[in-house]
Amino acid sequence: MDRSLRGAAAIVGVADDVSPTGELERFGRELEVAMVLDALADAGLGLADVDGVCHPESAVAFAEYLGVHPNFVESTMTGGSSYEVHVEHAAAAIAAGVCDVVVSVYAATPRSDRTQRRRREWRRPGGPNPMAEWDLPYGLRTPMGPYALAAARHMYEFGTTSEQLAQIAVSTRQWAALNPRARYRDPITVDDVLASPLQVSPLHLLDCCLVTDGAGAFVMTSAERARSLAKPPVYVLGAATCTDHMVIGQMPDLTTTPGAVSGPRAFEMAGLQPTDVDVLMGYDSFTITALLHLEDLGFCKKGEGGPFAADGHLGPGGTLAMNTNGGGLSFTHPGMYGMFLVTEATRQLRGEGGDRQVAGADVAVAHGSGMFLSVMSTAVLGTEATL
Amino acid sequence: MSVDAPKATPARFEPPVGVEGGPFWDATREGRLLVQWCTSCDQGVFYPRVFCPHCAAGRDALEWRGASGRATVYAPGVEHKPEAAGASFSNGQPYCVALVDLEEGVRMLTNVIGCPPDEVRCGMPVTVTWEPLSDGRQLPLFQPAADAGSGDGATGS
Repeated sequence: MDRSLRGAAAIVGVADDVSPTGELERFGRELEVAMVLDALADAGLGLADVDGVCHPESAVAFAEYLGVHPNFVESTMTGGSSYEVHVEHAAAAIAAGVCDVVVSVYAATPRSDRTQRRRREWRRPGGPNPMAEWDLPYGLRTPMGPYALAAARHMYEFGTTSEQLAQIAVSTRQWAALNPRARYRDPITVDDVLASPLQVSPLHLLDCCLVTDGAGAFVMTSAERARSLAKPPVYVLGAATCTDHMVIGQMPDLTTTPGAVSGPRAFEMAGLQPTDVDVLMGYDSFTITALLHLEDLGFCKKGEGGPFAADGHLGPGGTLAMNTNGGGLSFTHPGMYGMFLVTEATRQLRGEGGDRQVAGADVAVAHGSGMFLSVMSTAVLGTEATL
Repeated sequence: MSVDAPKATPARFEPPVGVEGGPFWDATREGRLLVQWCTSCDQGVFYPRVFCPHCAAGRDALEWRGASGRATVYAPGVEHKPEAAGASFSNGQPYCVALVDLEEGVRMLTNVIGCPPDEVRCGMPVTVTWEPLSDGRQLPLFQPAADAGSGDGATGS
């Protein structure tokens, strides 16, 4: 593969805001602006340095609000994987000399929007579209319905069990116990997961991610400039994205996500393999989502994700540190959680992980999953030592 | 004292008719299940399109063909919180929503009815059945095939 983003750009500032209550006081633009300013401050930069803006709804509108005049605007919206796509595109733009300092931001407050009864336009399909015509009549609940179908098919083809899926929630909760900002920190057992109410079977409530408020931002710049900034640079070593469907009925194989393409491409660009990874931040919208990442990224063979997870590889002290912040399952999940994959991977590679720090972490993967297993985006990140 | 409105009759979200979906929905009025077919590469196309996504043949290569109504369950799920799904058609009872593979090789979402929802299995043979919509169209649902048990292992893809 003749692509050369390796080491060309770095993440130099991150910020995020979550609360164990699941709710934040700030919302909307105020929260977005706070995240951008915090991430810039983390980098030792300011708004005047920004010449690239990423925002999954409208980078143009957000740049205007910030009062910056960027040379690079990026509004790619791929659901939860949007922010890994932004990493990839920002790295490409920086490497090409299109821009120098790029910010990407996220803020969503679904929980307090509800408790505060904030006015919020409900997004409806704007007229006949495939989902309305062919899916909505059948009451497939989103987001979990499509994931339940994937879990059912994986169980059928590979003998995966509800207990094995539950172990992912259990291991992730063990990481959350080490994160004082996580929404849920009390230990849970496999039996707890199986005893929680079925949502769309075979998924139980504790197989599903949270609904919380949350916000975050990151700043990227060139490798050269990164070295003069406040924090140790986290370099983008490889990045790739792939999508093979939007609605679940169009997914070619419910047991293999497009991460089976984006993952190997990102690793190839990085010149690394799954065995080199110290921290895997794999979007855990549901336990089945994380299981599919393990297989598709090559941490285990296709069909072996269940036994791999059940062996307790994934918790603190295991062989693969996965979702060390406590994940979408226990830390936070405002809707498009991919931002927190980037902030946590960055903190781990800087050694800022506190009680949950993975010792000597040099390589982290932020693997975002968007929509209905529809868009996978893999960013392989590394410290200076990996260049 | 307030007077509650009568409870709405359990109803479906009624599907809009997309630009290419007209012939499909018209045929449902007569209980006929049609599949868009590409005569260029000889494969079914679902959902209907203006061109063939398999071989890129144009609209002229596409026609509508009658389907047998026989299908195999590809992946089932049971919705245990119908209210959370915004679905009132099941009277609050759990229902099965599933992807099924038609004999003609296309996959569609549907509900499998006619058996307890948690008894629907991957590989189970099913046949089409119809539920009336308010405008005379009918929604294709599926039920276990009369002459077959549950799928278990033998008939999966």
